[in-house]
Amino acid sequence: MNFETIKEKAEKEWLSLSDNREPVIYIGTATCGRSAGALAVMEAIKKEEKIKNSRIIETGCLGPCFAEPVVMIKKYARPLLVFGKVKPGIAARLVVDYLREDTIDYEYVLGSVGSTKIDGVGELFDLPVMKPQVRRILRNCGFIDPGNINHFIALGGYSGLQRALALHPDEVIEIVRDSGLRGRGGAGFPTWKKWKTARDAANGSDLRHPGSRAFIICNADEGDPGAFMNRALLEGDPHSVLEGMLIAGYTIGADRGYIYCRAEYPLALSRLETALNRMRDLNLLGEHILGTDFSFDIRVKEGAGAFVCGEETALIASIEGRRGTPRPRPPYPAQVGLWDKPTVINNVETFANVALIVNNGSDWFAEHGTENSPGTKTFSLAGKIKFPGLIEVPLGITLKEIIYDIGGGPADDKNFKAVQTGGPSGGCLSSEMLNLPIDYDSLEQAGAIMGSGGLVVMDEDTCMVDVARYFLEFTQIESCGKCVPCRLGTKAMLDILSKITEGTGNEEDLTFLRETGIAVQNGSLCGLGKTAPNPVLSTIRYFENEYIEHVKENKCSGKTCKSMITYYILEDDCTGCTVCMKMCPQKAIIGASKEVHRIIQEECIRCNICIEYCKNDAIEVT
Amino acid sequence: MPNELKEILSRHAEERSELISILQKIQDLYGYLPLEAMREIAEYLKIPDSAVFATATFYSQFRFTPRGEKLIRVCLGTACHVRGAARFLDNLKKQLGIEEGETTPDGKYTLESVACIGCCALSPCLTMNEEVVANVTSPKIRKLILKK
Repeated sequence: MNFETIKEKAEKEWLSLSDNREPVIYIGTATCGRSAGALAVMEAIKKEEKIKNSRIIETGCLGPCFAEPVVMIKKYARPLLVFGKVKPGIAARLVVDYLREDTIDYEYVLGSVGSTKIDGVGELFDLPVMKPQVRRILRNCGFIDPGNINHFIALGGYSGLQRALALHPDEVIEIVRDSGLRGRGGAGFPTWKKWKTARDAANGSDLRHPGSRAFIICNADEGDPGAFMNRALLEGDPHSVLEGMLIAGYTIGADRGYIYCRAEYPLALSRLETALNRMRDLNLLGEHILGTDFSFDIRVKEGAGAFVCGEETALIASIEGRRGTPRPRPPYPAQVGLWDKPTVINNVETFANVALIVNNGSDWFAEHGTENSPGTKTFSLAGKIKFPGLIEVPLGITLKEIIYDIGGGPADDKNFKAVQTGGPSGGCLSSEMLNLPIDYDSLEQAGAIMGSGGLVVMDEDTCMVDVARYFLEFTQIESCGKCVPCRLGTKAMLDILSKITEGTGNEEDLTFLRETGIAVQNGSLCGLGKTAPNPVLSTIRYFENEYIEHVKENKCSGKTCKSMITYYILEDDCTGCTVCMKMCPQKAIIGASKEVHRIIQEECIRCNICIEYCKNDAIEVT
Repeated sequence: MPNELKEILSRHAEERSELISILQKIQDLYGYLPLEAMREIAEYLKIPDSAVFATATFYSQFRFTPRGEKLIRVCLGTACHVRGAARFLDNLKKQLGIEEGETTPDGKYTLESVACIGCCALSPCLTMNEEVVANVTSPKIRKLILKK
């Protein structure tokens, strides 16, 4: 089958969906949707007799996670109507009311999507959380069935591959070069350079090594805690990434690719397997792809829970079945990689960008973004923010626009304190940095990094010393142990940070943290060690006063460090309901029914359970 | 060698690169990596026992003691952390009477933590077997455990 026939068939199927007289119901069942109850919502809708003739399609994540579960309804000759926060108890009613009675419960409406309008309903993409976004990578997420390859093809998928196959590999490299695309995994290395190095090495390696000439690896080991962009993309539109891998394979002359995806993402893993099978059905994978001389196969490799395997040489060791410890570079994997063959390792989002660039051209790509950081970038916005979610924005946008315009600012009207970018390798930026444009170079100058795209917002109730300790604990556990500065340095820093949060630190500790931090940065082999001190150094840089407050006044203004806080009951607000007394695991609360309760401070372990149970906000922390 | 184990091995090539996939399948089967099974793998792949151990112990996914009927994994990702994940882990330890990585004596619960499950927008969260529990609160945890 040639591509034109495949595409024609796909378009027919897609049109049959949008022009269908029978209604279609789309339910977002990515991991976030599921954890909010999307599967129960789907069951409730399926059971409803009155709408038996409607089709139900499971999609990936639309982005506004705060509104999960999301249900979209397509009625004949109408735009899509998008509902949010749909609970299983109301799901069937919402759908039946709209489909049968044509009444809409506006309380649950997010907006509509389509060229026409529905009375009284605004457009989804006009919402403040959507408007500043430019959705290229995420264009299909939430709108197509990720298990149906025809949806992807009908919307332009694999056209980039078809175009690439008609070009000389050097021409593909030129297009990628002209686009200015930089690796989306965090370091921002120009993608074309990696490809060119690998292609040259593969051409040279032809005679020296038997078997495969070169390999492609997709790094889907999204290990940064607080980041979920890659998961959402793989669950919502896996083919967009696989297409990029094929183009890379063709360009550098590889015949095999691996996707290294973390085990913590079971749904992404299974959707990838499904996607690969559908590709094989259409000869988009295997021998002589689309009738050309290009043969390529892709295998999914499941990670086993090691953060360091996001580092490319450790990742290669892991695919080879060994302990995931990094090795010195050079030689770079593009020269000597998997089984010593030239290997291109790119991030999930980089591959997704490549397919779009080849299909739309490098000028199109650079329409958004800045001169040195063109294009868009996906971010996961989480933490103490009003509207958490998955977003895609043009590079060069400011932190303020992301946090306030899209994210709605900190939740519960609290004051903004910091935003953490780039996970354990990144840094915490204070409110002074809110006007910072987000691009690779500005973030690095500010002491943070772009990283893969996790943005965790922290409010006034977050203790920055505790946050630094948290990241150090993480990197200390995840350090593979190969380099002494990383193995012992992170441990020494963690011990000091623990001391400070436990109330026994002193001012000299700050000097020690700075000095050790720099030693770890300089003396470590791989990215994990080189960047591990970043969260500590950046919090000292922007929030030194909090450290000082801890060591000098034994005070934690973020109300987090247990040795520095006290829980007590507000006499005026306590109704004497005894709930906190019953729930306190320490039996540290005394009192009687309808009498004001009291906390015995010596017994209190500051577990916070009483606050969570108190219905009258009668417990305070100081 | 038990038949199930034999079957898993037969589905993998005798190559070192298959090691981690095989270990994962074995753990799916038994809930942990029994010593005997690891020895069989070493023999099958023609590598030393120590190579299998060294690799298995490197990755946090693998456990070497049997797991409980219900596996609770508390997410300690950044978003969960700033929303109090460590407290919830402490509370669970206290309520179940076990430390992280341990199983209750009745074999009902195993408590673990996980670096991040990528549900950051619905933090704090945890997983109970395959199910993700989002927006965790102390009352939610209590219900989860009382359900038994």
